[in-house]
Amino acid sequence: MTTSLSHLTRATGVALLAALASVAAQADQKLVPAQSEVGFVIKQMGVPVEGHFKKFDAQIALDPAKPETGKIAFTIDIASATMGAPEPDAELPKAVWFNTTKFPQATFQSTSIKGLGGGKFEVTGKLAIKGNTRDAVVPVTLAQSGATTTATGVVAIKRLAFKIGENEWADTSMVADDVQVKFKLALTGVGKF
Amino acid sequence: MNTAPAPRRYTSVAIFLHWLLALALVGIFAVGLYMADLPFSPQRLKLYNWHKWAGVTILILSAVRLLWRLSHKPPALPQAVTLGMPQWQLLAYHATHGLMYALFFIVPLVGWAYSSAAGFPIVLFGVLPLPDFVSASKPLAELIKPWHEMSAFALAGLVTLHVAAALKHHFIDKDGLLTRMLPGKR
Repeated sequence: MTTSLSHLTRATGVALLAALASVAAQADQKLVPAQSEVGFVIKQMGVPVEGHFKKFDAQIALDPAKPETGKIAFTIDIASATMGAPEPDAELPKAVWFNTTKFPQATFQSTSIKGLGGGKFEVTGKLAIKGNTRDAVVPVTLAQSGATTTATGVVAIKRLAFKIGENEWADTSMVADDVQVKFKLALTGVGKF
Repeated sequence: MNTAPAPRRYTSVAIFLHWLLALALVGIFAVGLYMADLPFSPQRLKLYNWHKWAGVTILILSAVRLLWRLSHKPPALPQAVTLGMPQWQLLAYHATHGLMYALFFIVPLVGWAYSSAAGFPIVLFGVLPLPDFVSASKPLAELIKPWHEMSAFALAGLVTLHVAAALKHHFIDKDGLLTRMLPGKR
């Protein structure tokens, strides 16, 4: 009886410690929004047009030495999308584009992280935009400078796979299916590599 | 002493370019007026791009036309016509042509600058990216925008004057001046 209780106590203690350690590890890696950018480039009849998201957040638990144990969750506040002009900005939240009232957030949840060496990683995961979830492979390059680690990368997505631009806007001769999402994320608390 | 008779008609290349650009200018002006008030739609996007492609094409054709004009002297006004013209009309004749030629270049170049400043580089026919000769800047775009419009209206006004004068010569003066620019046999 006593032994089992002590076992239980010890087990709880270990679990608690592990939980604390994981919280600590996660809490150590923070996104610095002011130094981070998430942008996208679409093509309108061959013309590249840039936009960006003003609000996004990330929960990152990544040990660059053991990337396969890491986890990345990324959230974008879709209503914060802007293309820098009032006309398109008034269109983006609409149902045919992002439908932000129904789908306020886009998320990316990693399923596996592979280290490729030289600060390069391949993050595989689920990308969900506008209620559609697709597999995505995100190449990430880390660069460290002082206490800040900068993660950069470009992901090519197909907008129609997420129903971004429906009906008359599904015409890819007007707006190309290929959209580039570019990110630069400043992180603190990432271990040396 | 040059014994070759002075040309009485424009060359066929000049005549072809004149009427081709006449049609193109009327067309692009109409599209420009129409598209500006359209709501955000694929139609608007399409017309804006077509307008830009047409504008760049007109710019190139105008350069070809100017080079042709410089290398192939247009026929001088017949003496029978100049004798009956008051001095101010001769002056207006030269000024109208000079200004029209200037605007053939100014209107599309200002439009191109506006597009670049607004952050939409021109990609000719959707495949050939053209350089931006001004940088993307919203205040600059707002500054340039009225000039594209005003210069286009100025050109439209001069074209109207040009057509009115040509028709006056043809139907009122009946001096055959218009036939110099009409396609057909020499």
